[in-house]
Amino acid sequence: MVSVLTEWTCGGHVGFILDRKRFTTRAPWRILHCRSPDLLFTRVSTPALSRGSLSSHTMFFLPPSDFLKTELYEMSWNLRDGLRDSLVAAAPYGGPIALLREPHRRSPSSRPQLEIYSASGVDIASFPWKSGPVVQLGWTVSDELLCIQEDGSVLIYDLFGSFKRHFTMGQEVVQTQVLEAKVFHSPYGTGVAIVTGSSRFTLATNIDDLKLRRLPEVPGLQGKPSCWVVLTQDRQTKVLLSNGPELYILDNTSCTAVCPPGFSPQVGNIVQMAVSFSYKYLALFTDTGHLWTGSSHLQDKLSEVDTKKTPTPKHMVWCRRPKSQQPSVVLMWDRLLLVAGVCGDTIQFPLEDPCVLVGELDGVRIISSTNQELLQEVPLVCQDMFKIASMAPGALLLEAHREYEKSSQKADEYLREIKEQSMLGEAVRQCVEAAGHEYDPSTQKSLLRAASFGKCFLTDFSPDQFVTTCRELRVLNGVRENGVGLPLTHTQFKQMTLQVLIDRLVYRQFYPLAIEMCRYLKIPDYQGVSRVLKHWASCKVQQKDLSDDAIARVVCVKVGDSPGVSYSHIAAKAYECGRTELAIKLLDSEARSGEQVPLLLKMKRSQLALSKAVESGDTDLVYTVVSYLKNEMNRGDFFMTLRNQPVALSLYRQFCKLQEQETLKDLYNQDDDHQELANYYVTASYREKRLDSRLSLLQSAIDEYNKAKNEFSAKMTEDEMRLLRFQRKLDDEKGAGLLGLSLQATMEALLSLGLHKQTEQLYRDFRVPDKRYWWLKLMSLAEKEEWEELEKFSKSKKSPIGYLAFVDVCMKSNNKYEAKKYVSKVTPEQKVKAHLAVSDLEGAADAAIERKNDAEMGAILSRCSASDRLLIDRLNRARAAAAKK
Amino acid sequence: MAHSARRDSPELPDFSLLKRLARDQLIYLLEQQHEVDKLYKVEYKPIVSTSDQLCFLIRPRIQTVKWIYVANADKAAGRFRRYKIIFTPQKFYACEAVLEEQGIFGDVTTDEWAFYLLPLDDDIISLELPEFFRDNFLAGDQRWVRTAGSALHLLHTVYGPFSKIHGIGRFSKMAYESWREQVEEGETKARQAEIGKVFLIDRDVDYVTPLCSQVVYEGLVDDIFRIKCGCVEFGTDVTSSDKRVKVMLNSQDKVFDEIRNEHFSNVFGFLSQKAKNLQTAYDKRRGMDIQQIKTFVSEELKGLKQEHRLLSLHIGASESMMKKKTKQDFQELLKTEHSLLEGFEIRECITFIEEHINRQVSMIESLRLLCLLSITENGLLPKDYRSLKAQYLQSYGVDHLLTFANLKQSGLLVEQQPGETLTVMESKVGKLVNDKAAGKLTDAFSSLAKKSHFRALSKKLNLVPKSDEEYDLRVPRDMAYIFSGAYVPLSCKLVEQVLERDGWTGLEEVTRLLNGHEFSVTAKNDAQRIVLVMFLGGCTFSEISALRFLGRERGYKFIVVTTAITNSSRLIETLLDNHA
Repeated sequence: MVSVLTEWTCGGHVGFILDRKRFTTRAPWRILHCRSPDLLFTRVSTPALSRGSLSSHTMFFLPPSDFLKTELYEMSWNLRDGLRDSLVAAAPYGGPIALLREPHRRSPSSRPQLEIYSASGVDIASFPWKSGPVVQLGWTVSDELLCIQEDGSVLIYDLFGSFKRHFTMGQEVVQTQVLEAKVFHSPYGTGVAIVTGSSRFTLATNIDDLKLRRLPEVPGLQGKPSCWVVLTQDRQTKVLLSNGPELYILDNTSCTAVCPPGFSPQVGNIVQMAVSFSYKYLALFTDTGHLWTGSSHLQDKLSEVDTKKTPTPKHMVWCRRPKSQQPSVVLMWDRLLLVAGVCGDTIQFPLEDPCVLVGELDGVRIISSTNQELLQEVPLVCQDMFKIASMAPGALLLEAHREYEKSSQKADEYLREIKEQSMLGEAVRQCVEAAGHEYDPSTQKSLLRAASFGKCFLTDFSPDQFVTTCRELRVLNGVRENGVGLPLTHTQFKQMTLQVLIDRLVYRQFYPLAIEMCRYLKIPDYQGVSRVLKHWASCKVQQKDLSDDAIARVVCVKVGDSPGVSYSHIAAKAYECGRTELAIKLLDSEARSGEQVPLLLKMKRSQLALSKAVESGDTDLVYTVVSYLKNEMNRGDFFMTLRNQPVALSLYRQFCKLQEQETLKDLYNQDDDHQELANYYVTASYREKRLDSRLSLLQSAIDEYNKAKNEFSAKMTEDEMRLLRFQRKLDDEKGAGLLGLSLQATMEALLSLGLHKQTEQLYRDFRVPDKRYWWLKLMSLAEKEEWEELEKFSKSKKSPIGYLAFVDVCMKSNNKYEAKKYVSKVTPEQKVKAHLAVSDLEGAADAAIERKNDAEMGAILSRCSASDRLLIDRLNRARAAAAKK
Repeated sequence: MAHSARRDSPELPDFSLLKRLARDQLIYLLEQQHEVDKLYKVEYKPIVSTSDQLCFLIRPRIQTVKWIYVANADKAAGRFRRYKIIFTPQKFYACEAVLEEQGIFGDVTTDEWAFYLLPLDDDIISLELPEFFRDNFLAGDQRWVRTAGSALHLLHTVYGPFSKIHGIGRFSKMAYESWREQVEEGETKARQAEIGKVFLIDRDVDYVTPLCSQVVYEGLVDDIFRIKCGCVEFGTDVTSSDKRVKVMLNSQDKVFDEIRNEHFSNVFGFLSQKAKNLQTAYDKRRGMDIQQIKTFVSEELKGLKQEHRLLSLHIGASESMMKKKTKQDFQELLKTEHSLLEGFEIRECITFIEEHINRQVSMIESLRLLCLLSITENGLLPKDYRSLKAQYLQSYGVDHLLTFANLKQSGLLVEQQPGETLTVMESKVGKLVNDKAAGKLTDAFSSLAKKSHFRALSKKLNLVPKSDEEYDLRVPRDMAYIFSGAYVPLSCKLVEQVLERDGWTGLEEVTRLLNGHEFSVTAKNDAQRIVLVMFLGGCTFSEISALRFLGRERGYKFIVVTTAITNSSRLIETLLDNHA
């Protein structure tokens, strides 16, 4: 049964690949078995097609699970001294690697070099470190590099090594110095923890919302603790530290000594500890070589292993997969890597080279100066699929498909076998899921083909999972490429989400790839392509070697009018890098003027801002600019600016009318708008209580009206002044209470007071038209029922308003007797109306018949009641007669 | 109403949703305030309240914001309270600036209550922004245009998408653009379209219609009693008791619903018929057995009682209106208006107006007639203008100089420029319209240069039917019935024409006379027969009646959205400036 046996490693243990017939070369490796108390393992090389290099897998069994060590990359970097004497920080989720060589070298002549690489070792940035000595490097969740210095200041750089900002972990740290620091991630973001020379811990849970917490003192602690970790538990961030054999938990308020269950004190001092990725598990290593593992709540113990290695391991990292019950711990010494399982078994690998361990969600990455490997527990579904003699439906389906490709009828046998157990759906699901976990494209393909083959025999099987997995694998294979260097597993990808992956690509400036991905996965533009373009453009405007014009053109062509990309945002970036002209050019492409204005104001292009605001049609915006300008400019310039913007001007005038009357006057003055100025004075005069100030305001109004060549208004205003003076005089003399009345009202008031002479005077002085005067007098006399006076008045001269008016007015006062007096005086045309008004039907009929007017006769008829028989007949006869002629 | 609607006319969407939306939002805002103790009307006087938090619900006007000086008064009194201002429908920067100037910006918190649309009836929605007219058409302050755009956006989100949008007027265009912008910013969901076409129109496109006396029942009620928010208060002369009564006037009122669109001359006949029917219904009781009476009381009597009450109310109102309006004076007034519309016997009309002023009939009416004269005659001759203006000022005070300045600026009452022929003026206007940049600069004051071309428009659109034919108001044949057959309202005629032609093609001459700014935009949906007409600057009940008539004739259903319900008095009053 043993078919392939390739390479021997590790102290002469023998490994096999056992192959049953159905496992052909397409399943490249599988199964080892444990023979010795240690382990038996083998190493098989398969050509990794997509990567074009040889990648090797190491499979081993650590009860109760299978583990796999896969080579991810041969590192592209060329490190002269390996990873020795370097501070290294590598971010999880295939994040970038930062490397600071000899951080403690202090001579200014040779500054340490800070280098940033992608996970595959591709050089991203490198620059000499010019600031103080660095204690620790770390990465934030948004791929920013944190450099924690000895003096407690933390400098933040972006992926490309450009400085972004800094903060400090407290003033007192400058004196006491940072002894050790750790960067940790929690649901709240990226945090930093330090321990100072005075043995005090300080925490910042989220560096984007910096709140420093100084933790309580640890009793008996001198210098730094032997080892410590940061834990996030129950929404609280704590520090777990050991000082000799004691273990303490340090939270916001207290420091509690704790004892892990089943941890016997004689096992020695704790010298190394590690928490799992999910903060659920804790591992403690003592100087006697004992490894204790348990929950981080310190409630349960998982296992205790005697590694028989007493030196302190350089690194200790948990290696587990979410939901798996078989966690293991990876320990690393200078030349040795040891994996310890929960069942007490260990397995060892020699190391040629100093390495760095990076804990991941579902495994551990081991980075050495030459290559990078991923150590992980083999997912259950893959174990099922590839276990020797596995009868799992997925495994059978894979075999069936293989036979089918060979055109062998065995395919049918396998299929039947699955179908008999009605497990075909399950088989397809297994194949698809296993494909997701596979790192090698050719294996992925064969699994997916098998799944697709199985799917043909199912009627209503949802293709969703299959399609999604295919798409996602394509994306994952794309980002795993050496050039991109994001060695994400499917589990990690699901955890970090596509959105974040796109962000990461964008941070690394893989814009075309990101856009391809968005399009391929059909993400709505708003969340996908547009977001990428926005980042791209923001980055593009910072390119110093291109001219403003060129950049603006390129940006406009690429971005076009993608939804959700705001040109003002891009322009703001350009302005931040001091390229005001470019910013203005970009703003021209902004469709929403509302977005342009705030930035233009910030750039002090107030004129432009104003015209853009006006164009936007949003008065609120216009007003914002206007009030900004009002404070920024001197008055003259401000008014001049407004003058060119009528909309803004009228808006400001509105405001002034309600709030600042004086300014309004200045505005009109500036514009030489005499008409408006005059109107302003008129308005002002009505607010004025005192007569002389009122008159002087009206005089100013007259002057302005004259300047505006509005003689009419000037004349009217003059009249008003005369009237006011007249009213004042009379008020003083007779207490008439006339001030402020209109001319008409004044005359009315005078008449009702019986001051006919004064009324007469006003009538002449103000050249009141006869008609109105007559109406006025007529109504006022009728009102007071001075009928004799009225009659006298009617005879004073020929009435300009006729006499029908007299009749009507008398009738309105219900005085038929007086009304009749005037009927005779009415013009012939109105006679009938007059007679009708006094209800004199006979008289009306006489007049109408005399005038032979048919319409009038009709009007009278309509007023006749049945009792007026004679009159009706007479009228009808007259009508008939008139009609004959 | 006597005429039944076409059978294929579509159902109107349910606008009560708008009310619910707004109410829920207000409740949400108020709940954040905890228990609301009492509501006060905001006035310029000290607030007497012991509660330690005050919440103001106001329009974003500088004037009203100034009233909230209470915070300062409290501060002076050493009292600490929390203040919250809820602006509806939105807040303006200018208001915040006022708060800042008063030094209370830090003491108050502000919120916005996005209550844009108040459904007054099944087919009338009002923004209740009467100041829209003055701000836009007089002061050149366009702050409310965006509000109108937002209102349109709200309708679009809830009842959209629209199939076609037509419009005329500068603010219509701006409101349309503002709406477009908001559509582009937000996300759109595909929905069942409940509104088909949209027609936007500026009030200044047609000033003639709102300046005419209304003679359709609902318009007349508004002219005489003033309808506020769909509610009218009838005085003692109507109720013929010593109580004043507040009545909601909408389609829920079955009696009103049948007479609202009728010419006033028909209303009495209709009401008496109705009274007879009612009597018959009551009379049915006689000769019923007990069981039948029981059913009658439980099923019909309540309805009859209700109808009875309404009927007596409307009869009272009609009587009161009759007293006021059928007098000779009113007849002559109408005659003059019709002559003005026809352009006939203008001299007599001027004399009539002069006499109107001389007799001190009414400050507002006189101005209204002057405006109508100016608009129909394309400005007054300088001689007439001066003499009438002098008469007016002597009668009502020189402070009306400012009113005249306002009327001139809004183009309602102007003096013909001596020596300036029509063609010169037109070429000027034409140039302004063509030159876009210059257009922008002068836009705010383009109304200054604006000339009314009423006569030409009237001829082109046949607005004034030939007067020699008898017009039977019982069986109206066109929209002119709302003005006794003397005039088809220009605004509604435009709506009719554009719907008929499905755009502005063929109306080029008309739009030129109206100063341009017309637009048409097409999309697709099915609710083609529901047409939303939005009046920017207010519309009258007569126009609504005319549109309802048009809808019945053509099988459309019109929804009228307006910034406010207006009429001639309201229109003139907003332009007064006499600080009385």
